Amino acid sequence: MAYQSLEEINQFCVEKSVPFWKAVLLGDMEENGISEEESVHTMKGMWDAMLRASDDYDTNLTSNSGLVGGMGGQMESYRKKGDTLCGNFVSKVIAQALQMGESNACMKRIVAAPTAGACGVIPAVLVPLFREKRNIEQEILHSLYVTAGIGEVIASRAFIAGASGGCQAEIGSASAMAAGALVYLKGGDNNQITDAAAMALSNLMGLVCDPVAGLVEVPCVKRNVVGAVNALSAADMALAGITSRIPPDQVIDAMREVGETMNDSLRETGKGGLANTPRAKEISENI
Amino acid sequence: MNIFDILGPVMVGPSSSHTAGAVHIGHVTRKLLRSRPVEAEIGLCGSFAATGKGHGTDKALVAGLLGMQPDDMRIPESFKIAAHEGLDFQIKNIEIRDAHPNTALLKVTGEDGRVLEVQASSLGGGRIMLNKLDGIVVNCTGECPTLIVHNHDTPGHVAEVTSMLAKESINIATLQLHREKRGGLAVMVIEIDQTVPDSFIKWLEKQEGIVKVTYIDREEA
Repeated sequence: MAYQSLEEINQFCVEKSVPFWKAVLLGDMEENGISEEESVHTMKGMWDAMLRASDDYDTNLTSNSGLVGGMGGQMESYRKKGDTLCGNFVSKVIAQALQMGESNACMKRIVAAPTAGACGVIPAVLVPLFREKRNIEQEILHSLYVTAGIGEVIASRAFIAGASGGCQAEIGSASAMAAGALVYLKGGDNNQITDAAAMALSNLMGLVCDPVAGLVEVPCVKRNVVGAVNALSAADMALAGITSRIPPDQVIDAMREVGETMNDSLRETGKGGLANTPRAKEISENI
Repeated sequence: MNIFDILGPVMVGPSSSHTAGAVHIGHVTRKLLRSRPVEAEIGLCGSFAATGKGHGTDKALVAGLLGMQPDDMRIPESFKIAAHEGLDFQIKNIEIRDAHPNTALLKVTGEDGRVLEVQASSLGGGRIMLNKLDGIVVNCTGECPTLIVHNHDTPGHVAEVTSMLAKESINIATLQLHREKRGGLAVMVIEIDQTVPDSFIKWLEKQEGIVKVTYIDREEA
């Protein structure tokens, strides 16, 4: 069964007395006619691919256009000096988001989550957590089901492609998915999971998709950072007991409405926003 | 909806439509040719032409023709590998009226001399649509096993093919018929639930009035 609303997932969890991740896993098993082992095996494949992508980052690589490359390494060197405004953990998250976004731009292997352009957000928050604790692989796999459940609902009620709904649909969705995963990993309940997702999505609402020269590079790589850091703050707010005043499903519907009203020039056409600046036009002509 | 379309696929960047989808188009073209491609003329249309180079669309299409999947780490090196494996290719920007923004036109020749022209578009998320084969509309995704039969537009061919499928206990999911003109060249596009044995295709190719048989097997996810 594919879920149409976060409310539906939460209700299912109450009725069957299962955690959020399990509801998503059961849905996948039923929808695709597969066993629990098969589904978890595929999920582990996604997680292993994220870890491998993180390991394979090469700070010396530059994208074909020359616009991005090396930023993940710069951030990591800066973090290691030990005097960042964001602190050590958040700085690791920032570095990881940049690295994954740059690897994608440099044609390395990544996991689209939910898209290639937003592939840095979820690993940016999960990989540093995993590397600090190590023995939490099972919880990480469960948290990936949480991200998938949230993403599935967003994709069915709204959209996850920048061409359809702007960057809010890509980085915004990834951020909502990551926020839910973080709440789960920190022991929050189902309502806190969906509230964190709602707050993350609300806080990026209206974000436009304006790639310079039409490439998944500027501003996409750095927007993975805002998606990841926004997920951390939304999760912490939810864990502190702060709620989304607008119900999570209604936030998703609002995101859809905003995306549909968004001018075509701001939906991955490379015509508006940052893509329409004089500098962007120069770059475009020289590629 | 599959949750691993949301979390996934594992792919070589930077774009699911311009890179992963393009690999897919090349890969399906190779399968349709049923022979190792030795020559390819690749035309990029619309957004594929405008931003394809920056997204590696050119390398991705060649990688697919070489048999690579969207997660193959060798995609960025596909031009070199093509030279090594004896695939001679040319890439240029073209215009096709009323085509989807992300469209490619591939004219390929196999080592056994087979020739095929494929027009396909990338729909996003790595999914594709085969628009035309040898200039004739087919509009299928290749997501399930698909049998494409070119035949002379004379009576009996549909019955011949479908009754033979029935004998093999193969269930037809969808069936499309197109033709260029009355009595000219016609095409059947048959999406099926099971896979077709190679012997069936060989038998079909020998039947009178059948010009060409192409077959897309189930895509490995």
